[in-house]
Amino acid sequence: MIARMVLNGRQREVEVRPNQTLLEVLRDTLGIFDVKQGCDEGVCGACTVLLDGRPVSSCLVLAPAVRGRAVVTLRGLERDGGLHPLQEAFVRHGAVQCGFCTPGMLLTVLAFLERERYPDRETLRAALEGNLCRCTGYAKILDAVEAYVRGEQGDG
Amino acid sequence: MADAVATREALRVVGRAVPRHDARDKVAAATAYAADWALPGMLHAVVLRSPYPSARIVRVDTARAKAMDGVAAVLTAQDVPRNALATDVPGQTTAIGPLRATLHVLAEDRVRHQGEPLALVAAETLEQARAAAEAIEVEYEPTPGVFSPEAALLPGAPAVHAAGNLLAHWRIARGDLGAAFTRAAVVVEGEYTTQLVDAGYLEPESGVAWIDSDGVITIRVSTQVIEHFRDVAEVLQVPQNRVRVIGTYLGGGFGGKEDVTVEVYLGLLALTTGRPVKMVWTRPESLLARAKRHPYRMRYRTGALATGEIVAQQIELLADAGAYAYLSALVLLYSTVTAAGPYRVPAVEVEARVAYTNNPPTSAMRGFGAVQTVFGYESQLDEVARRLGLHPVDVRRVNALRRGDTLPVGQVIETHVALLELCERAWEALGPPTPPRAPHLRVGRGLACNFQPYGRIVWLHDWSSAWVGFEMDGSLVVRSGVPDVGGGQASSLCQIAAEVLGVSLARISVHIGDSALTPLAGTTTASRQLYMSGNAVLKAARDLCAQILPVAGSMLGVDAGRLEMADDAVLAPDGRSLALPEVLQQCARVGVPRGLLAVYHAPAGEPVDLATGSGKVFPDYTYGAHAAEVEVDTETGRVRVLGYAAAHDVGRAINPQSVEGQIQGGAVQGLGYGLMEEVIVEDGINLTTSFATYLIPTATDVPDVTPLVVESGEGLGPFNARGIGEPPIGPPAAAIANAVADAAGARVRHLPLTAERVARALGLCAEGR
Repeated sequence: MIARMVLNGRQREVEVRPNQTLLEVLRDTLGIFDVKQGCDEGVCGACTVLLDGRPVSSCLVLAPAVRGRAVVTLRGLERDGGLHPLQEAFVRHGAVQCGFCTPGMLLTVLAFLERERYPDRETLRAALEGNLCRCTGYAKILDAVEAYVRGEQGDG
Repeated sequence: MADAVATREALRVVGRAVPRHDARDKVAAATAYAADWALPGMLHAVVLRSPYPSARIVRVDTARAKAMDGVAAVLTAQDVPRNALATDVPGQTTAIGPLRATLHVLAEDRVRHQGEPLALVAAETLEQARAAAEAIEVEYEPTPGVFSPEAALLPGAPAVHAAGNLLAHWRIARGDLGAAFTRAAVVVEGEYTTQLVDAGYLEPESGVAWIDSDGVITIRVSTQVIEHFRDVAEVLQVPQNRVRVIGTYLGGGFGGKEDVTVEVYLGLLALTTGRPVKMVWTRPESLLARAKRHPYRMRYRTGALATGEIVAQQIELLADAGAYAYLSALVLLYSTVTAAGPYRVPAVEVEARVAYTNNPPTSAMRGFGAVQTVFGYESQLDEVARRLGLHPVDVRRVNALRRGDTLPVGQVIETHVALLELCERAWEALGPPTPPRAPHLRVGRGLACNFQPYGRIVWLHDWSSAWVGFEMDGSLVVRSGVPDVGGGQASSLCQIAAEVLGVSLARISVHIGDSALTPLAGTTTASRQLYMSGNAVLKAARDLCAQILPVAGSMLGVDAGRLEMADDAVLAPDGRSLALPEVLQQCARVGVPRGLLAVYHAPAGEPVDLATGSGKVFPDYTYGAHAAEVEVDTETGRVRVLGYAAAHDVGRAINPQSVEGQIQGGAVQGLGYGLMEEVIVEDGINLTTSFATYLIPTATDVPDVTPLVVESGEGLGPFNARGIGEPPIGPPAAAIANAVADAAGARVRHLPLTAERVARALGLCAEGR
């Protein structure tokens, strides 16, 4: 069947099978490799995308279910070809080591900050609970998010 | 050679927390990991694995699978040109004799662990490949297995391998143990167990192979060891120069991608089908099939004087190798050498054995055998201090190694040991004690130290090579075979080159991890890459400087020795300068090469007879001290970590931010080991093959780790750096156990310290494991 969705701001029509996950369609059919495959059972958060603005594990979403909806992957964060300020903050604060959790982490954080603009560190920690990172111990990820939040406050 | 840039003040790029080039690529999703790769006409491949931990293979029938839609190849043992993968373990000096450990690429007449590979399938789609694998008919006859090293070493135990179940045995004996125990005012005995754990990286094992246009079998794979191209060639029975491994930036390694994973399967299938082939392990497959960290049973008997001075350590170690040898003998060697800890102990006896079982195979994982022993020696030292009423820092003051001391194995410590400074700083960093929130919640603190070798065993004659050269426009190229596991291996090399050649980081490109096109740099294991490849790049950059400056000197009429490379130019003392392109054009005119290859050889030595303690085993060690504050719920046994500080002497921090990242990340992995992680295996069956059952720390499971970076200025790496990849994973489990003992008076000797185990130690429920 054909699924029509808005992918990173652009209308796309994709041939999907009823048993395919959104993750499979993004990676295998469309070649969108910025969505990572980590566990295929919704535990690790590496495959997080935004579906109508909410973070979901794309390995748990059946492809036909995204018909008519908006999907954002990491590439969708680009601003005029440059990095999003949160991406810059991740680089500056050493929040990236192997980088495999990074796309999902960034999307989860941005969606969370939409709902809660000035969270404290413990609230942020809870917001990241569904995104596993095996390299950083999370501290520098939290540092980066806090710096980004502070920066936005500073800039008004 | 005297270090020309020895002080931090004189450094320009080294020692600064510069953003890493790979971090920028990764946040932009520009990094193509091994699975992020596809080629036209590519097949998808899967492995068929044994469901039994011990069975005879009666019959394998692939006819039905081969006839299925889309199937391009079904391979079993008989299709593998040389069906063996070998691990060389040189220097084995005991009764076991020289060991050349092998395992089959695909099982032949029997399987020895659950998940052992039996057949490979490649098909047009992944779905078809999976369906065909299921259609392979295998008749097994289950055979009695053995599921603990203790049982494996009993007379009459089922033999996992024909030569017997004892895989390796190491022994160290130093000093008069009997006399030493007689002198002791206090003797502490303890039996400890550590559990089976998994590297648990986020990126599963993955790769794509194809026959390139030059006919070379090319495998783009997530690996810590691109030199496995040789293993692939041996299995395929093709010349070694007809296999090329391209190592991608890894989504984590931690030792789990040190042994061969998908590359041999991919090579076989690409060669058989002539088509590109992709293999990506699923998470359950990764957790099932990949070698893990050894569980240990450790018996410690420690004698100390009333001052706290340790005079005797009698240690027995028994490790579970699982079904195949992999690197177990070497892992056990690390345990043996480190078993008594970073302390001066005049009388030491270590008996260490590792046995085959029908459990999941064990091999390298971050810390490589120097992790388990920390839980033993630091729990023991803490008990000694407790019995004698000594402060945790003070008992280490009495015992800490110093330069010039000799380890039980006979190795003299040649560099500064900052252990006391590390202890003091870590302890102090915890700040004022946290008051308990409720009467049933007790708060306590614990300290644990460790030492971890960096660099390979000296008789392995380790080396690394690197090429550094300028392009005509003054931009710089660094080529190194280093695999980058995410620790900043490649970016550190750029910093070192930038430091020496005065080139801005933005003008450096680094090409890594290609066995055909980059100079070989050895494995990204053993905390060795900054040390080894850092030194190789340092040497290349310095030699290149020395090669180019005379040309610039003749252009300026100034002695080359008075010139400096800085700010992307050559600077003369009188203020004149030459832009790099001018100098490089002149180099071209006069025939001076603009690039060169350098090789760094680590200090080498002869194999050590451990038993007689004859000398040096490792080039050097990295020391650490971690302090933890925990809250113990005395009604449930739940442990919450309130504060955590981790101090390491890294000699010199090339990139302090990366060093902090290694310390924080390693410590959190260590906290996972101490508090929650456990591969549960029952009669050889792995019950935790999902991230929903094999639990690694989430952001809410752990506090922020305060990283304390100490730079003694002494280490064997570039600019006197020491390795820091593995060391931070060592102390956490012991630091937590010691803090729990402080908080609740209960000594937990079995990892991990789950609520259940702590509750048992508190007497809240029945005894048990």
